[in-house]
Amino acid sequence: MSIQTPLARVRHLGSAKEGADHWWWQRLTAILLVPLSLWFVASIWWLVVGGATYEAFQDWLSGPVAAILMLIFVGALFYHLKLGLQTVIEDYVHKKAVKWTFLVMINLGCIIGAVAAVYSTVAVAFGG
Amino acid sequence: MALRDRPLSPHLQVYRPQLTSILSIFHRLTGVFLTTGAAMLCCWLLTAAAGPEYYAWSQWFLTSWLGYALLAAWSYCLFYHLCNGIRHLFWDVGLGFELRTTYASGVLMVLASFGLFGLSWGLGLYFYFTG
Repeated sequence: MSIQTPLARVRHLGSAKEGADHWWWQRLTAILLVPLSLWFVASIWWLVVGGATYEAFQDWLSGPVAAILMLIFVGALFYHLKLGLQTVIEDYVHKKAVKWTFLVMINLGCIIGAVAAVYSTVAVAFGG
Repeated sequence: MALRDRPLSPHLQVYRPQLTSILSIFHRLTGVFLTTGAAMLCCWLLTAAAGPEYYAWSQWFLTSWLGYALLAAWSYCLFYHLCNGIRHLFWDVGLGFELRTTYASGVLMVLASFGLFGLSWGLGLYFYFTG
């Protein structure tokens, strides 16, 4: 039996030091990614496999629907990616220094990737 | 510290392969592989932001033999991860934990991933010939 008050237990979330945020956001981003990734694949098939011109691509990404969906897609994608890779590393890599190095690379890589993708989308959307 | 080097979960070398464990391992493998697809997505968008002449590089690469092979691999892995992900979401709300259901949903998930792959490349071929 714990001698902590309920308030103290809630405040610092016990020895884990964090709540279920990781689990919860992995699910929320997964739900977002179900329709968005299907939309993305169909768009890529149309643009890349169909060989659309740069002007057609620009027209498409300048429309509010495609631009907004793309921004939500890359945001959810890179957050989901960060959470997933982090879980894999935490499960299989036990040497502290190696684990730390991987986790830093994953976090920085996903932030850089997301910023690059968001910047590019906005640049194309408003660049025309 | 005598217990330090004991195998930790999921210790594959002492675990008899089953449909459920194999599908679970492939869920992780496809997820990790899709990281390279996310990197390609960044390159594609960056070249698009840089202008038509750079966008043409991406277009050239993605429609090369290597590009098509990668698109096929990425799309299949995406559909696999998506279908198995939906299976995970059902488990998250407490559905489908019966052993028989778990196996049935596993088989269904694999069939659905092949189905989506076929459908999507049908659509791809349509765009290829009409685009």
